[in-house]
Amino acid sequence: MKSYHTKRIALKNQYLIGTLVITFIALSAHFLLDYTGYRVVALILLLAVSILAMLFDILPVLFTALSSALIWNFFFIPPVFNFHVGTPEDVLMFLMYFVVALINAVLTFKIREIEKKTSDEESKEKTIMLYNTLLNTLSHELRTPISAIIGSIDAIKDKESKISDTNKNELYAEIEIAAFRLNRQVENLLSMGKLEAGILKPNPDWNDMNEVIFSTIKNNKEEAANHTVIFEPDENLPVFKIDRGMVEQILQNLLRNALKHTPRNTIIKIGVENEGEDCLITVSDNGPGFPDKEVNLVFDKFFRLANPRTGGTGLGLSIVKGFTEALGGKVHLENLDKGGAKFTIRIPAEAASTDNYKQ
Amino acid sequence: MSKAEILIIDDEPQIRKLLQISLESNDYKVVQASSGKEGLMLSANHPPDLILLDIGLPDKSGHAVLKELREWFNRPVIILSVQDNETDIVSSLDNGATDYLTKPFRTGELLARIRSAIRISQNVRNDIIVHCNDLEIDFVSRTVKRNDEVIKLTSTEYNLLSLFAKNEGRVLTHQFILREIWGVGHQTETQYLRVFVATLRKKIEDNPNNPVHIITQSGVGYRFQ
Repeated sequence: MKSYHTKRIALKNQYLIGTLVITFIALSAHFLLDYTGYRVVALILLLAVSILAMLFDILPVLFTALSSALIWNFFFIPPVFNFHVGTPEDVLMFLMYFVVALINAVLTFKIREIEKKTSDEESKEKTIMLYNTLLNTLSHELRTPISAIIGSIDAIKDKESKISDTNKNELYAEIEIAAFRLNRQVENLLSMGKLEAGILKPNPDWNDMNEVIFSTIKNNKEEAANHTVIFEPDENLPVFKIDRGMVEQILQNLLRNALKHTPRNTIIKIGVENEGEDCLITVSDNGPGFPDKEVNLVFDKFFRLANPRTGGTGLGLSIVKGFTEALGGKVHLENLDKGGAKFTIRIPAEAASTDNYKQ
Repeated sequence: MSKAEILIIDDEPQIRKLLQISLESNDYKVVQASSGKEGLMLSANHPPDLILLDIGLPDKSGHAVLKELREWFNRPVIILSVQDNETDIVSSLDNGATDYLTKPFRTGELLARIRSAIRISQNVRNDIIVHCNDLEIDFVSRTVKRNDEVIKLTSTEYNLLSLFAKNEGRVLTHQFILREIWGVGHQTETQYLRVFVATLRKKIEDNPNNPVHIITQSGVGYRFQ
């Protein structure tokens, strides 16, 4: 509804434009009157009203139709410069002009209403589809670990079964993995909720990005067991004034996304640099990259690749985009020529060189 | 030494049960309170050695309980908070909490925090020398050795390190450190702190980017171990 109105010309301007167009036509027609005759002027005015009807709201169109009818009557129908109409033929012409202009305005308006209703319904259907996707992926992503926990507990508690200590320990490990997985999903959902509610307020403070990246890699060491994560810190990197918690989550989601969706032994490279007034973070890999036509879609909420090999809620990358934008930054994804994908996060951040403070 | 007594103030029975089991199996005596009011009453009747306080209590906010407690209770209080609430954590630390843990936490972490909080409170560090893995800090001669080699520190770096060492295992907020080292009026200049921590890490850590001594507590402060 809102976007429908904001795209349109402001109501006040519609009245103004309508008046200007009619005045302009009337003035031009006045000088051409000798060539055209006053009845053709009516057709030109009618044409203008029809065109305006396609662009304007109903009231300005009615206003324009009415004023054009009066102007035509006043300035063009003999006797001119009064509202008196000379011949019965012209009375008929004037009435017809008036009715045609009104019908034109009303019909065009109705057609636009119907169009709007259809597009509203389409977007409503889209929302419902989005929620269905959400519910499907969520119930899968949440119920799988919950089932793992309940099932493992049942097996451990079952006194009848002769479960070996090794198996028991494996079940404990399953419970642990499931609980962490649940915790991650809840974290993502909470982040998404904060983004949607618009209550996310960055709290920038001075941070050593080398350390932030190292700690993120450390926190995801277990998930990265089958991959190689490379980060070569630049010792001369300045400290940045940046919201650490949000940057950590961006980095973590990018890293987990790469870990989850690339084959074993893929090399994931993380980089950070100071470029201009920005802090530039890159996460690239030498995996298969993204299908070209899906590169622009991956940041959409709940988006999943057409043929995903792995699970996921489709929330991770949309949080990356949301958080980056909340920090005033931009995210960019490209497929590399030599294979693999590269995410670039550019966040405007004040930088201070550490050299200036050495005593 | 008799068993140390820990009071748990948390409204969630599941969390209380879990804490009770883990603490009792590690030789602590456990007392439980399900509300702030009950917690205050119990701790007044029989002061425990340490209090675990949930910051999100239904009857009274944990902050209010902490403030009342701190009028007379000077033993350690460890705050239990939910993730993502750094401002809550910082303000409770500024209001006298000894340390904090975010839910969900690992039992090992909980026990380590409790041990270090009790140790600091019982032994108001009169140590002349503190050892911490490869580090040795001598408060009398103001020297720091790493693997028996003397490290050259500027006086600010030394002050920072000795503040950390005196509070080993405990989280120190940015504000607290700035006030202690640079004095009142410098509390917002976290930039200095970052830089000095970075240079200090280069001198005392094997890998300054992957520190084992000075650990960053995101959005809160630092913990030395």
